[in-house]
Amino acid sequence: MAEIQIKNVAKTFGSYQALHSIDMTISDREFMVLLGASGCGKTTLLRIIAGLETPSVGEVWIGDKRVDHLPPRQRGIAMVFQNYAVFPHLTVFENIAFGLRMNKLDDATIKERVNRTANLMHIEQLLQRYSGQLSGGQRQRVAVARALAMEPDVILMDEPLSNLDALLRLEMRAELKGVLADSNTTTIYVTHDQVEAMSLADRIAVMHEGRIVQANNPVEIYRNPAAHFVGSFIGNPPMNFLNATKGGKGKWNVAGKSFSGPQSGQENLEFAIRPEDVTLNGGGLDAKVRIVEPLGAHNLVTCDVDGSLFRAVIDSDSKVKAGEHISLAPMQDRIRWFDPQTTLAVA
Amino acid sequence: MTTSSPTVAASQPQKVVDARKAGSMVFAASVFLLCAWVLVPIYFLLVNTLSSPEEVAAFPKTFIPPFNFGSLEFFAGFSGIGNALKNSALVAIVTMIMSIGVGAPAGYALSRFEFRGKAAFRILILMTRAFPLPLLALPLAVMFIRTGLDDTIIGLAIVHTTLALPFAVLITFSLFSGIPVELEEAAWTLGCNRVQAFRKVVLPLVLPGITASAIFAFVISWNEVFAASVLTIENRTLTAFLLQSLDVSPLHLKFAGGFVLVVPALIFIFAVRKYLFAMWGIANR
Amino acid sequence: MENKHLPYMLLLPATIFLCVFFIYPFTLVAWEAFSKDGAFTMEHFQTMTSNWKFEISFWNTLLLAAAVVPIQLALSLLMATMVSKMQKGRDIVLYIWTIPLGISDLAAGIIWLAIFDQSGYLNSMLYGLGVIDQPENFLSYQNKSTIFIAIVLAEIWRATAIMLVILVAGIGLIPKEYYEAAEVFGASNWKRFTKITLPMLKPSLQTALVLRVILAFEVFAVVAALGGTNFPVLMGETYNWQFELQDGNVAAAYALVILAISIVFTLVILRVLRVPKGAQV
Repeated sequence: MAEIQIKNVAKTFGSYQALHSIDMTISDREFMVLLGASGCGKTTLLRIIAGLETPSVGEVWIGDKRVDHLPPRQRGIAMVFQNYAVFPHLTVFENIAFGLRMNKLDDATIKERVNRTANLMHIEQLLQRYSGQLSGGQRQRVAVARALAMEPDVILMDEPLSNLDALLRLEMRAELKGVLADSNTTTIYVTHDQVEAMSLADRIAVMHEGRIVQANNPVEIYRNPAAHFVGSFIGNPPMNFLNATKGGKGKWNVAGKSFSGPQSGQENLEFAIRPEDVTLNGGGLDAKVRIVEPLGAHNLVTCDVDGSLFRAVIDSDSKVKAGEHISLAPMQDRIRWFDPQTTLAVA
Repeated sequence: MTTSSPTVAASQPQKVVDARKAGSMVFAASVFLLCAWVLVPIYFLLVNTLSSPEEVAAFPKTFIPPFNFGSLEFFAGFSGIGNALKNSALVAIVTMIMSIGVGAPAGYALSRFEFRGKAAFRILILMTRAFPLPLLALPLAVMFIRTGLDDTIIGLAIVHTTLALPFAVLITFSLFSGIPVELEEAAWTLGCNRVQAFRKVVLPLVLPGITASAIFAFVISWNEVFAASVLTIENRTLTAFLLQSLDVSPLHLKFAGGFVLVVPALIFIFAVRKYLFAMWGIANR
Repeated sequence: MENKHLPYMLLLPATIFLCVFFIYPFTLVAWEAFSKDGAFTMEHFQTMTSNWKFEISFWNTLLLAAAVVPIQLALSLLMATMVSKMQKGRDIVLYIWTIPLGISDLAAGIIWLAIFDQSGYLNSMLYGLGVIDQPENFLSYQNKSTIFIAIVLAEIWRATAIMLVILVAGIGLIPKEYYEAAEVFGASNWKRFTKITLPMLKPSLQTALVLRVILAFEVFAVVAALGGTNFPVLMGETYNWQFELQDGNVAAAYALVILAISIVFTLVILRVLRVPKGAQV
């Protein structure tokens, strides 16, 4: 059992506040992804859980043990690093066996476990090689095997796929998902790649400027962003935002059209819609087409709606051309609303 | 390209090729000359060393070594030489141990930690470079007499360590900086404490470089003349011995002594050649 | 795994060592140079300057540095650029060119003694070529100029390598793209050297020159081997006062003079070759 609890954790580096009171619980065997742009504090949070950094305030619990004062070796964790950190002076076998030897397991157990995890990661034929003789992808496999061999309660991964090329990344992503699902460990995975986050996570914690903006399952994060930032960060292309002014009870004027929305006391809201949630129907928002980018299955159309940038993903059969005026009708149940002051979602 | 006639067009590339050929000839010749500039004087010393004392004093000189070991035998049999050699080696070894022992932890701290006072320490290290360090021998001579360190191996090794320490710190700093922190961190997550991680991961990786910088410290001490001459009286090192007897000793003794001084240096520079530039590259900062 | 005290504990031995054996002794030198029986005095400096050898040794030291360092700078720059252009045999050439780095100044003096000595190789060569009928004594007190030339040659031979190594390392740090960009814009070899290599090499040139100039003021054993007492220099006089004349106070005064010119020249070099903040690579 390894539930991870983070209680009111904050971290400052000198005068720079990297993390603002983080509270989060990651349940046993959950695959949690920390997602955010570089500098958002996700790696710092992971390193605090690992014990490579000490929090300035707050507590970290793994299972029923408070660990924030313990060194990494006493936390029951294993970690996979961004640049793999495969020891160059040891063979692949000795790399995987490293932690097991530190735990003073007997040779037979070590051999058995190394072979098992090596098979799992398909590197059994590389056991006698050195890191210098391996490709990036193979090194990555060694690093994962080394972590798995520890049979830890918690596996921490810091952008483990970011140094691989695109194809290999895709392959490793699927493989990691399978291996980790079978391993019964709690996983915390840091990435800046939203596709990776979506495909791997049970739950995603979106981080921004040292705070967790939203933590939920991938679909929920995508469909119901809790804040402007999440909508603008998740999704490629991201959400469109337009100004909305109050036009009566539950009615909002957006670019000259009226939409029904929340019954809020405010005068202004932000209207948001995903590019794929608009259709080329009459009576929608008037849009002047700037650029049309054919992407195969569909076209990405960049338009100007009421002076704002607006992107739409439409069927590639449509013959929309740059310079034309088109009407883009948002799907009513996909429209989201945000408070421009707090940037939070308004129901 | 505007060419009026085909003949010009054809001859021009030829000229370019010729010019390039001539250029690379000049280049190769200069490289060769500069190599000769370094090697020929050493060769002359070798010829002298491998001549009999009479041949050394003779005129004109041969340019081919007669392979007579008379000079070297005379040198080996000269009273005090054995002791001087032993002292030189001992001082150099102690210097080597002290400068790495004191310098490497500092280099590690500089490469791994951000802390208050780091800049001040770096300035202290850089300051040593703007000072003529052998002069330290003067005040230390007084200090050592008071503490009983005068005319001892340790006393001289301390001065030589001051010479070698800044280099040891900078070199080990660059060595440790070359080892990714992640390797150490990985070891910590795999069950090591700081000391174990250092011993099992960092040390095996930096050992060749540490050896090179230790050798460098050895050479600095082995070659040092001024402090050695000021601080030793009975326990002369080879350099101090040779300097003291410059006016009185015969030529063949000087040449054989010079040769014995040079040989270890040649071997050492060869052993550390791979690290020489990495070491000095970082010393720029 | 953070430990606030660990870096300080690691630095402590080196700091203590440098304080006790570097900073403290230098304050002692100053004290010795300026004090007599516990009171301040300029007497030792007067003794120093009133000796006829002081002025000669002072100018000899500066003259030697002025003759040696510029040649070494040019030579090491030339050698470093040659090395950077070399593909085949680079390692062996570099090894040969850096050999003098490991050679003691005393050994270097002895090596050049083998050449300039009365029965040495220069005389043998000149004799063999029929230029002279009998060996010339180049290093006698009547031949001050040949002593000077011999010392200059030995110094150039011995101590160019240290500059070469620093410059080669410095050139290695300059990204190749700058040269390629300059080539695309049509810069000649010489233009590339003056517009890219030299400006970007400034930090290395600083280090190399500071180190070399200070070493030049410390010149001692080469002079002792080649010139003996015929070519007094500051470091040699320091040694004489300490040893032959047994007056540590005057020796300390000499030490302060060497220290002073070292610091002045270091500051001048740092100032002339300074790299503006923000223009660093």
